[in-house]
Amino acid sequence: MSQPRKQVILGAHFPGVNNTTVWSDPASGSHIDLSSFTHFAQTAERGRFDFLFLAEGLRLREQRGRIHDLDVVGRPDTFTVLAALAAVTEHLGLAGTINTTFNEPYEVARQLATLDHLSGGRAAWNVVTSSDAFTGENFRRGGFLPHAERYERAEEFVATARELWDSWPADAVRAAGTDFLSDASAGDFEHRGKHFDVAGRFTVPRSPQGHPVVLQAGDSSDGRELAARSADAVFSRHSTGDDARSFYRDVKGRLGRYGRQPDDLKILPAATFVLGDTDAEARDRAAEVRRQQVSPQTAILLLEQVWNRDLSDYDPDGPLPTVDPIVSDASSIVRGRARQVGDPVAEAARYRAVAEAKGLSIREVVIELTGRQTFVGSPETVARTLEDAVATDVSDGFILVPHITPGGLDEFADRVVPLLQERGVLRRDYTEGATLRDHLGLGAARPASDWGSSASAAHGAPTVSVATDARASA
Amino acid sequence: MTRPARNAAPIHLAVALDGAGWYPAAWREPGARPVDLFTARYWADLTSTAERGLLDFVTIEDSLDLQSADPFSDDVDTRTDQVRGRLDALLVAAAVAPLTQHVGLVPTVTTTHTEPFHVSKAVATLDHVSRGRAGWRVQVGGTPGETGHFGRRTRPTIRRDLASSPEGRAAVRERFDEAADHVEVVRRLWDSWEDDAEIRDVATGRFVDRDRLHHVDFEGRHFSVRGPSITPRPPQGQPVVTALAHQTIPYELAARSADVVFVTPHDDEQAASIVGEVRGAEARVGRDAHPLMVFADLVVVLGSTTDAARARRRRLDEAAGAPFTSDAHVFTGTAADLASLLLRWHDVGYDGFRLRPAVVDDDLVAVVDEVVPALQRAGAFRTAYDPGSLRERLGLPVAVNRYAPASA
Repeated sequence: MSQPRKQVILGAHFPGVNNTTVWSDPASGSHIDLSSFTHFAQTAERGRFDFLFLAEGLRLREQRGRIHDLDVVGRPDTFTVLAALAAVTEHLGLAGTINTTFNEPYEVARQLATLDHLSGGRAAWNVVTSSDAFTGENFRRGGFLPHAERYERAEEFVATARELWDSWPADAVRAAGTDFLSDASAGDFEHRGKHFDVAGRFTVPRSPQGHPVVLQAGDSSDGRELAARSADAVFSRHSTGDDARSFYRDVKGRLGRYGRQPDDLKILPAATFVLGDTDAEARDRAAEVRRQQVSPQTAILLLEQVWNRDLSDYDPDGPLPTVDPIVSDASSIVRGRARQVGDPVAEAARYRAVAEAKGLSIREVVIELTGRQTFVGSPETVARTLEDAVATDVSDGFILVPHITPGGLDEFADRVVPLLQERGVLRRDYTEGATLRDHLGLGAARPASDWGSSASAAHGAPTVSVATDARASA
Repeated sequence: MTRPARNAAPIHLAVALDGAGWYPAAWREPGARPVDLFTARYWADLTSTAERGLLDFVTIEDSLDLQSADPFSDDVDTRTDQVRGRLDALLVAAAVAPLTQHVGLVPTVTTTHTEPFHVSKAVATLDHVSRGRAGWRVQVGGTPGETGHFGRRTRPTIRRDLASSPEGRAAVRERFDEAADHVEVVRRLWDSWEDDAEIRDVATGRFVDRDRLHHVDFEGRHFSVRGPSITPRPPQGQPVVTALAHQTIPYELAARSADVVFVTPHDDEQAASIVGEVRGAEARVGRDAHPLMVFADLVVVLGSTTDAARARRRRLDEAAGAPFTSDAHVFTGTAADLASLLLRWHDVGYDGFRLRPAVVDDDLVAVVDEVVPALQRAGAFRTAYDPGSLRERLGLPVAVNRYAPASA
């Protein structure tokens, strides 16, 4: 009993542009208006969450060559919304998803350092990459990178950003007597790498956190290694049971190679929840939410993603198609979407087996197989399940994804949070310190050179993350 | 020069915010808060002061290069006695948006190294979070420092002496042509969603009517952009685009791309001739939109008497170790005299003025508490904000969506 309980880290994911978000519900509000973001952020802060999380995609999704119109479409600019939210919150971390393929380190480092100043040390960056020429068509640099190189660029991008954040000594702004700067070289930087060959002076003095918190979503072996080497937290897809525990052990086990402790990297899966007064009521509500998430039109659309062909003539309340999926990488009907079906034939067989066994229509089988609900139950059940998951190393916490904008977090904050606080696994107030790093228990930012050298020592080879001639290793 | 007829239109008034003020020694003045320059509170205070003065908008300076004694030089700047360091202006504007209600927010964003797609959604989002108060001060970059920060581009950087040679002028022309393309893409992306694109039609399961979303399909010498934007059309449709211009090529960029141009006359004669040049540039580029609104930029050093203002200016120059020089005229005098100057130039065709406070804590406050009342007494400035967007306040026409059916 004297052992302090492992604390639960909570992130609040603003509902996104896939069918997890239910826009057809009468309670669903604007996905663009600042008032929705303010409501959501202030609820998260009232619930003593660690941070708010914004996703991003840089091209509207298309299916069968047309803009996908069945889910929420459109969102505001990530950094701009987070800067506005800095003004209406005091403690909440502000995490934005920012792409390393279609940005430059100087600009992104500047925006993150600015956000960190404006929020008094609450900025976080979810680092993602993009591999498709489809998204590239919106950008002057155009094109895209081969899969392997996009991670390489991402790592060098983050390393360069860290060098920029370190370019101003903490005490460089003296602003006393006749000296504004205590050091004439404040902001000097030079990075000579394979993807970035940049030098000059950074414009933003060192921000309160030094380095904003860096999250990563990598799941492949390379992605996990990259997270272990370069991130403060992993935004993972493994949210339950032994699958999540083995992911947790695997990633934490990689940290030693880089001179890091297990607590230096937080594992934070995405999770959904549905509450009810009783577990039975919650299950009923969960079934209703799944129906809302899969409209008849969405059922056909999701099925097309498995079958990889036009199924618009099929009846969603009728049986699955008897024709087989089209198996071809080159002719994917879906564009601008992160996750796609791996083996369509096997997946179609699974759909058919379930439909046959339970006598399900297209819509019913899609609901059955695509529903993603992590925590379903009464507030007591959800609080206990969540605490148990964290205590047994399923994760260090969760990034909760409500299905309604902007009120989808209200019930969790009002009913589950007090129980987590009673159980002693969630703060009653933000007392750890002023910054997001403080809330997460991450300690002071390690200097860029530290990240770089531990990585290269572990690899025994030049890496892209240090200012040496990395071209030779390409 | 014969006195022109009185301009009956109201004067528009903006202030240009930059650090502690436009004078290099501003941060050392009593009352200055140099250690606060990188906090949200500082910028919230300044914009609230501007709003108290009923100003049309504030601009916020920025650059993708650190301030230096000579940004067009390759020499390393070693000064430590002036303000160095800036926050991203657009994000500063976003952070003050929820704390203000009326004043327009016009951050500086560079075109040369940035992605039109990112700039478009960022300014659109500033317009969303400020409920129709966003603008953009288009800045053409290209200093050696900026080029090194991005490293991607090999084209010649712009140096001061280049402007006087044919090659230099060609390089400048190219950079401004690129800026015009950049603004064109940004504007198309703002229109790429029709205002009523979000339909939420439960019967058909459709959140948007995709026929009201449009690819912009821009293809130019410098880049191609497909679209549509990921961000719905901003409340103003087209946020207010502004540009600072000092000579023919920039005047033409403004005439092609902007709603408001900031110019820098130094006396009455130039005040008249520059308006003429701007109108000439409009004719040359065949501008068919609403005529450019012309604002004169002035650095202002105010005092209760002319002597007091001059004494302030002397003190600031002495602290800096050199007389202040500027692209804009430095007005040194009383609020009443400044108001007279503004009224006189208003009568020769200026729609408004962008005042650059020498010391933000002193001169911004003097603009709000003394210059504004003087203009109000002359019946030339509003006495309260009317509801409405920044475009409406400036008298700009409703932005018609280029992609929407004409009958809509």
